[in-house]
Amino acid sequence: MTRKYELVYVVSPDATDEQVADLHTQVEAIIQRLGGQLEKTESWGRRKLAYEIGRYKEGIYVLEVILGTGELMKEIDRRFKVTELIIRHLVVRVDEEQAVVERTRTRRAGTTRRRRVARGLPPDRQPGEGQREADDDRDDRFDMGAEETR
Amino acid sequence: MNGRKTFGGGGGGGGRGRTGTTTNQQGKDGAQRRPMFRRRKVCKFCSDKIDDINYKDAKLLMPFVPERAKILPRRISGTCAMHQRKLRTAIMRARQLALIPYTSE
Repeated sequence: MTRKYELVYVVSPDATDEQVADLHTQVEAIIQRLGGQLEKTESWGRRKLAYEIGRYKEGIYVLEVILGTGELMKEIDRRFKVTELIIRHLVVRVDEEQAVVERTRTRRAGTTRRRRVARGLPPDRQPGEGQREADDDRDDRFDMGAEETR
Repeated sequence: MNGRKTFGGGGGGGGRGRTGTTTNQQGKDGAQRRPMFRRRKVCKFCSDKIDDINYKDAKLLMPFVPERAKILPRRISGTCAMHQRKLRTAIMRARQLALIPYTSE
């Protein structure tokens, strides 16, 4: 059963770029071996931790989106637990939630369109229409959210 | 601000007047009309149409964990039940990754 997972791990700040790259190849190797697929990798770089973990005050964050089975994630989880270099990691299954989000979005888009047509407007919002100017900052926030959910 | 009710004091339970956490609404002119006016709180995620409350987005979650880093209760933030639930999971995940503190002195 292939599912979509997100894996975020925090590498110790003492690690070299090489070591971080090495961890990534390790993950890739496990995925290969257990027949998964790496969808996306995102490196957030060095970030300050919200609280101290052991003696560390910052960490190197890496996000990987993986398509694979539960066994695959279990294996990665097991590996990471014994890897000293990794100070924190988190595996989250995301496919179901994403489906829900997708559904609500399309449903909402559908209703807006229908309502607009019922009001005798073109189904899509025209440029410069509505209360755009009045609340510019609101639009900004909207954009930000969209960007970060990607 | 589209279609959001500026007043209609009844619904949504009481609470401290202007909590400010919800949105940049002008609760002021309402207060002038009626002295003891309580602005109706609206769920930020509903009104902004944020479907996905993501644990990776610390910027979005931060307003819901004020100084002590405790999760802001619904009665104050005005978040709806569904979104408060999602917010909670997101905050707990973000805490595990040290994106958000568990506590702060």
